[in-house]
Order: sequence, then structure tokens, then C-alpha cells
Amino acid sequence: MNNLLVLPLLIPLCTAVLLVFLKERIIIQRWISAISSLLNVAVAGLILYQVKTDGIQTLYMSGWVPPYGIVFVADMLAAVLVLTTAIIGSFCLFYSFRSIDTERERHYYYPLFQFLLVGVSGSFLTGDIFNLFVCFEVMLISSYALIVLGGTRLQLRESLKYILINILSSALFVAAVAYLYGVTGALNMADLAVKVAEAGQGGVLNVIAMLFMIVFALKAGLFLFFWLPGSYSAPPTAITAIFGALLTKVGLYALLRTFTLIFYHDQHITHSWIGWMAGATMVLGAIGALAYKDIPRILNYNVIISVGFIAFGLAAANKDAFDGAVFYLLHDMVAKALLFILGGIIIAKAGSNKLEDMGGLIKRYPYLGWMFFVTALAIAGIPPLSGFAGKLMIIRGGIAAEKYVLVAISLASSFIVLYSLIRIFMAAFFGEERSVQNHSGEGGKLPQAEDQVKVRQAGITGLLLPGAGLLAIVIFMGIGAEWIYSFVQVAGNTLFDPTIYIDAVLKE
Amino acid sequence: MELYMSLAIGVLFTVGVYLILSKSLLRIILGTSFLTHGVHLLLLTMSRLKTGAAPLLGEKAESYVDPLPQALILTSIVISFGVTSFFFVLAYKAYQKLGTDDMEQLRGKEDE
Repeated sequence: MNNLLVLPLLIPLCTAVLLVFLKERIIIQRWISAISSLLNVAVAGLILYQVKTDGIQTLYMSGWVPPYGIVFVADMLAAVLVLTTAIIGSFCLFYSFRSIDTERERHYYYPLFQFLLVGVSGSFLTGDIFNLFVCFEVMLISSYALIVLGGTRLQLRESLKYILINILSSALFVAAVAYLYGVTGALNMADLAVKVAEAGQGGVLNVIAMLFMIVFALKAGLFLFFWLPGSYSAPPTAITAIFGALLTKVGLYALLRTFTLIFYHDQHITHSWIGWMAGATMVLGAIGALAYKDIPRILNYNVIISVGFIAFGLAAANKDAFDGAVFYLLHDMVAKALLFILGGIIIAKAGSNKLEDMGGLIKRYPYLGWMFFVTALAIAGIPPLSGFAGKLMIIRGGIAAEKYVLVAISLASSFIVLYSLIRIFMAAFFGEERSVQNHSGEGGKLPQAEDQVKVRQAGITGLLLPGAGLLAIVIFMGIGAEWIYSFVQVAGNTLFDPTIYIDAVLKE
Repeated sequence: MELYMSLAIGVLFTVGVYLILSKSLLRIILGTSFLTHGVHLLLLTMSRLKTGAAPLLGEKAESYVDPLPQALILTSIVISFGVTSFFFVLAYKAYQKLGTDDMEQLRGKEDE
């Protein structure tokens, strides 16, 4: 029992409720949300420290022991993800101060942002499958509001599709929970794991596992990602950054959790499906990243490629691959937030999101250029930076699992990631300089630009500071990979051996 | 009894999917409602439809029906109610601003 575990939900929740009452006082809203996000980082760090020293922490709500009550579980995987969420949340918040226009800030931007963090942290910490659904909904409903906030034509059009897809996948989630409850009579994940192991997975439980796979693949953009590129190019970049960094990763976390804890008995069916979906995701994502010539689309397809990569780590299902998947997940959350923030600044400063309309930015914004360059290298997985260790471990695990085709696809996808990002770098920063002011007048042609007046007017230093903080983390995760690995390894152990998790939850 | 419920749920799912695949936005929202109705009935059916008293201890009955799915359905109903009302308002707003409720015309590229 550890009451600290509820704080990553409670802090943003209370902040959000408080902020609702301060609609017109934007400065106070900013201060309160900044303080609460820093507090959240501190609490998440403390939880991580406790998990590191004392093992898995649990909290039984109202003292109802599992399987009867809702239980919150912080194993190492959940703890590192909650800390990463808190850190990314605060950096994206600081970027929002500079980039979100006043009209959006007045209309409950910060409360919605905090509600999103509630949902994400809750999904990571919960140990109950229906509570996971509820936390998903908290996260999704705030994301609906954030994606359409501002109400431009593009946002309205794309959010219709985003909401429809998510209603559909939520309905399927409830149906999957219903089937699982009908077969096992349990909702607590540890209890479910025990009951599924007793009943023997096979037949109907495999079907339910596949249904869960479809649901979480829809949320994570694993193969069923058709909704993602359009929706994620609609909102302003501060919102896209938090979406790209957190939302798909929650789906991946749910996949990792259910397919290592509950449905791990029939790997030749479930995990080989995940493997092929991961391969297809990487191939299709790579095609998308090559095909488009505007920055939001290229970045969105990069999100899809990395989802495929992490799912490949899950499909390989050995210790190395799990370690790599966790490491790469952490790296990817930070790196994607950074990439979207830098991409947003580039779009605003160039006045267009088309590659052919920009050029020569390096003369005026050298720091922005080189930061983007380093980020691109980190995401591609160049050795001293953070993407390398995770990719190495996943590929080593993939070779050990003899999935050579997928190893080849994932290595090739790394080249394409590098190529697509360097192409942005070359097009935006080199070549002849183009006059930015000419473009800013054509609001109708450039829907991104109309949202980004504030970014264009803001000083470059203030915009770059949150990015610089995230870049420092990316570099630190690469250089201090050994230290990060000491955490990741424990998370990998829990994924590899679910009895650790089950014993910790059901012990008392 | 479970068989009839399953058939009814199947019909609801079919109608829901058919409506979601149509062009008009209102039909799509109607389809999601059918789908969530089906899912809630499924949740109820999956706990076996044994006869028993309503889950109130004051009934002092021999056996009660399973109270857990009822709590789950209640949660799910309010969530889908919130989402549906948001979806309706969004559809209204989109109709005002974009001037159409035809999903074929909402796929255009002209704004990008």
C-alpha cells in the first residue's frame, strides 16, 4: 500500500478543476499549471525511486483487496512511463505558453491539457482492465476537445474522423471486456492473468486476445493507422506534440501489458500476428514518410514507423527485445515530442508546411537547424544518441527470435526515417532563402499558418528553450544509456516474467 | 435467453456498422449509438441471464443477479452519452462551417 501512487492522477485532476474557474486569468492559469506539472514530475520521480528500491508498489482503492477493488500498480514499466509523461507534459506545457494563441488559452486549453495527463497517467498505473477503459476515455475525450479547439475548417473536418474511429474502438474495447468477463469472470489484470493461465489460452481466449489486439492497434496506430496522418496534422503543434508523444504510446503500453501479462500462452498465434502487423506498419509508414512533401505528414508517418518498431520488440518476445522495446518507447516519447515542437517552429518561421516553399532558414535560425539535425540523428538511431541502444536491443532480440525478415524491415526503416528527416533538414535550412512575409498573407492557403501567428511573432529563444530541454534529455539518454538501462532492465524482467507482477498484486 | 439476446445484439451491430459506413454524418452518429447499445446489451448478456433478485440487499432473496456488469454498463452509458453529445455538437458546428454533412465531400484536400 502506497498512497503516493494516486498523486500522478490527483495532481493534474485537481489542477484542471481549479483552472476551470479561472477562465479569463490566463497568467494565473499558466502559473498554476506550470507549478502543478513540476510537482507532478517530482512525485513521479519519487515513485520511480521507491519502485527502484522497494520493488513493485501497489495501492488498493479504499482498502478493497484485489480482485474485488480497483488496484493501482506501479511496476518499473509504469513508473518510468509516468515519469516520462510528466516530463514531456511539462515541456509541452512550456512550449504552449509561447505558441498557443490567447483565444485558445481562454477557452480552457490548460484544463483540457491537464485532463489529458490524468488519462495518460491513469492508463499507465491502473491494474484493472475496465478502469483502463475509463482512463482511455478520459484521455480520449480531452483529446477530442483539444484536437478541435479553435475550430478551423481543417480541425473540424479531421476531428470528425478521429472521434468516429475512437468511438468505434472504444465500443470494441467494451465488447472485448464483456467477452473476457464472460469467460473468466474477472476484471483485475493480475487475477485475469491467473485465470487465463488456469483455463489454458486457446479457442475462445485467443479470439478475445485478437479482439484486444485490434482495439489497441487502433489506438496505437499499429497497422490500423489510417486515421492518424490526417488527424494529427489538424491541431496546433503544441497539441500534436503531446498527441504524438503520448496517445499512441498508451495504446502500445496496453498492448505490451496485455500481451505479456494475460495473453502470452499462445505466442505462435498472437505474437506472430503482432509481428506481421509491426512489419506492415513499418513498411507502410516508410512509404508515407517518403511520399509526402509537407512537414506534418512526414512527422506523422515517422510516429507510425516507430509504433511498428516497438511492436516488433513485443513480437520478438525475449528478454533483449522487451528491454529494447521499453528503452525505445521511452526514447521515442521524448524524441517525438521534440521533433513535433521543432517541426512546428520550422513551419511557423517558414510560413508554410510545404518543403518546396521553404529554404535557407539556417542563416537566421542556426540553433533551430542544428537541434533539428541532432534530433533526426537520434530518431534514426545514430550511436551516441538515445535511439541507438533501444534499436540495438530490439534487433538483437529479433535475431535471437529468428525473425530475420522483420529485422531487415526495421533496419531498412531506420534508413528511411533518417532520409525523410534529413530531407526536411536540407529543404528547410539550406538552399536559397525565401521571403517569409510573402507567405504569411495567404491565410486560406495555409491552414497551419493561420493557427501559428503567435509562434511566428514569438522570439526564437523562448520557443527553443523547451526543445533544448528535451534535446538535453535525448542526449543524456544516449550517453547515460547504461544508467537508464538499470531501470529498463527491471521493467523488462516484469514483462518477461509475469509472475513478478501477479505476486506483487495478489500477495496480501 | 442468451441466444435471443445474442441475436438481438448481432442485429444491433449489423445495423450500427451499416449506418457507420453510410455517407451522411447523422446516420453515422446514429450508427455509433446502435453500436454502443449493442455493446451494453452484450455486457449484460455476458454475465449470464440467470433469474435472481435485483442486486439490493433489502430484497433478502436466495440469489441475486450479478451486480458487476450493471456497474460497468452504467459507467459505459454515461461515457458514451458524453461522447455522443460532443459528437452531435461537433457535427452541427461542422455543418455550419463546412456547409455539408456528406462524408465524401469532407475528405477533400483543398484545405491542406
